[in-house]
Amino acid sequence: MREIFVLAEHRQGQIRDVTFEMLTKGRELAEKTNTELAAVLLGHSNIKDFARILSEYVKKVLVVDDAKLENFNSETYQIVLEKLISERDPLLTLIGYTSFGVDLAPSLGAALNMPVATDCIDLEFQNGMLIVTRQMYGGKVNVKATVRKSERYIVTVRQATFQAQKLEIPSTGEIIESASPLTEETTYRRFIEYVQPPLGGVDITSADVLVGIGRGIRDAQNIPMIEELAKELGGVLACSRPVVDKGWLPSDRQVGTSGKTVRPKVYIALGISGAFQHVLGMKNSDLIVAINKDPKAPIFSFADYCVIDDLFRIVPQLKNKVHELKMKKT
Amino acid sequence: MVDIILCVKHVPETAEADLKIDMSGKTVETHGLVFDINEWDDYALEEAVRMKEKTGGTVTAITVGSEEADSTLRKCLARGADKAIRITDKRFEGSDSYVVAKILHRAVRDLRFGLILTGAQANDDGYAMVGPILAELLGIPHVTMAKKVELRDGFIRVNRELEGGLEEIIEAELPAVLAVQTGINEPRYVSIMGIRKAMQKEIKVFGLADIGLSENEVGEAGSWIKIEKMFVPPAEKQAETIKGIPEEAAAKIAEILKARGLI
Repeated sequence: MREIFVLAEHRQGQIRDVTFEMLTKGRELAEKTNTELAAVLLGHSNIKDFARILSEYVKKVLVVDDAKLENFNSETYQIVLEKLISERDPLLTLIGYTSFGVDLAPSLGAALNMPVATDCIDLEFQNGMLIVTRQMYGGKVNVKATVRKSERYIVTVRQATFQAQKLEIPSTGEIIESASPLTEETTYRRFIEYVQPPLGGVDITSADVLVGIGRGIRDAQNIPMIEELAKELGGVLACSRPVVDKGWLPSDRQVGTSGKTVRPKVYIALGISGAFQHVLGMKNSDLIVAINKDPKAPIFSFADYCVIDDLFRIVPQLKNKVHELKMKKT
Repeated sequence: MVDIILCVKHVPETAEADLKIDMSGKTVETHGLVFDINEWDDYALEEAVRMKEKTGGTVTAITVGSEEADSTLRKCLARGADKAIRITDKRFEGSDSYVVAKILHRAVRDLRFGLILTGAQANDDGYAMVGPILAELLGIPHVTMAKKVELRDGFIRVNRELEGGLEEIIEAELPAVLAVQTGINEPRYVSIMGIRKAMQKEIKVFGLADIGLSENEVGEAGSWIKIEKMFVPPAEKQAETIKGIPEEAAAKIAEILKARGLI
């Protein structure tokens, strides 16, 4: 029986959630395609613990244990995966659309001459064709696309797209070890170390009220008026990526996959279009109010209340109204 | 000193545009959209020019696209690139980023370079594939999601962006492909002088025959991915739209917050 591979992603002693999400989706795909699901685990430290945790989601774990696989490195990972894929010929290999997956999947596909579909939010086999769903233009449109017919495929999967579910009946955990093909030769690409984000600054994760600003803020000069609104609400200013990229706010204010995940009582999104990188960091807020002048802004698909208008017209009024209500109270 | 090749893409700016799906149902209506250099490539351009200013060498900007893409190449020249190449052919239509990487590979493999810079992804299709595939075809290392780069003796030291604010430091031997993440630098504005000078510079144009790829290696036939249908994403939540003049809308939001005990 052919297999479906799911590459386990781990970092600093932790298996990353996208792995469990892919294993859950992989289980469904394996059932439908009459294939067998296998987690592929490359690493060294904690590898036995990792394999045990993976067995809660999958019956078969393929393990390559090598000190040179301790930290992710697209070069060494690619060498090992090329060997595993060539030997075991899986129909499909799922890899997370993460910083690691972005570095690994495209070159792996090119090396093995197998098509790669990146950043997919859904996938299925239909009449022997692989059909994927992806987003384009920062999440403003979705597309269904067919992948060129091939014996084998690689798909990278967007994080937090599928719900992770453990196996109903705990598996006895078949663990198959393969020898590492890595030699002592120095590689062309070396992992040196991790760099932790700077400590201190503002902790946006503990705020009950967050006022998030995006590209629509237009200029750093417009930030003080938003700050006044946040202050009036007893809240804290947060932002999406473009605001940090432009240097208008420090990175400790950034909400999203490359920043922080927040869950305030209310998140007010001002001029934020709602690319998935941002949405993943805030969509579980208790209440989301989005203000954007673009009626098609993806953020509206995740909001509880939306105002289709220019934020600069709403914000001063909102500040006044909040102030009035507070005055009435006292 | 290192000679740099800079791969750029000419794309529509859609972050705040009113995007419409066209009649074919497979792509967006481009009429009325403003095209410019891809945002990620803009940062790659700045990084390339800074490296050149620091260490010498040349910057060659290259793109795959029709004549309209010349304005993006002119922008590169105006900002400090020395040469510009555009590869174009009617048969490129329907190409995905795998094909673009194949075309770029053929175009650059005989050029002299120490480093290839490109954006980590494009803001239209967002495949994030061209850089690493190009590196694989050239048989050289790649580093994606670069947030900081130091050019050392024969290698680069790169801070890669990971999730949650974490970064990792990677060293890769040259020549290499570097895919740049936004926010790595502050792209400069173009001077009037720069624009004037850029208008006089030549843009070399090549076609399919010049790069030695066959017809079935490009376009839809040579691609991995073929778009069948484009549609508006389904909403995850059914949002309630607050209508009215700003004062009314603001009053309504304030009431909602009050009802939740947030005021």
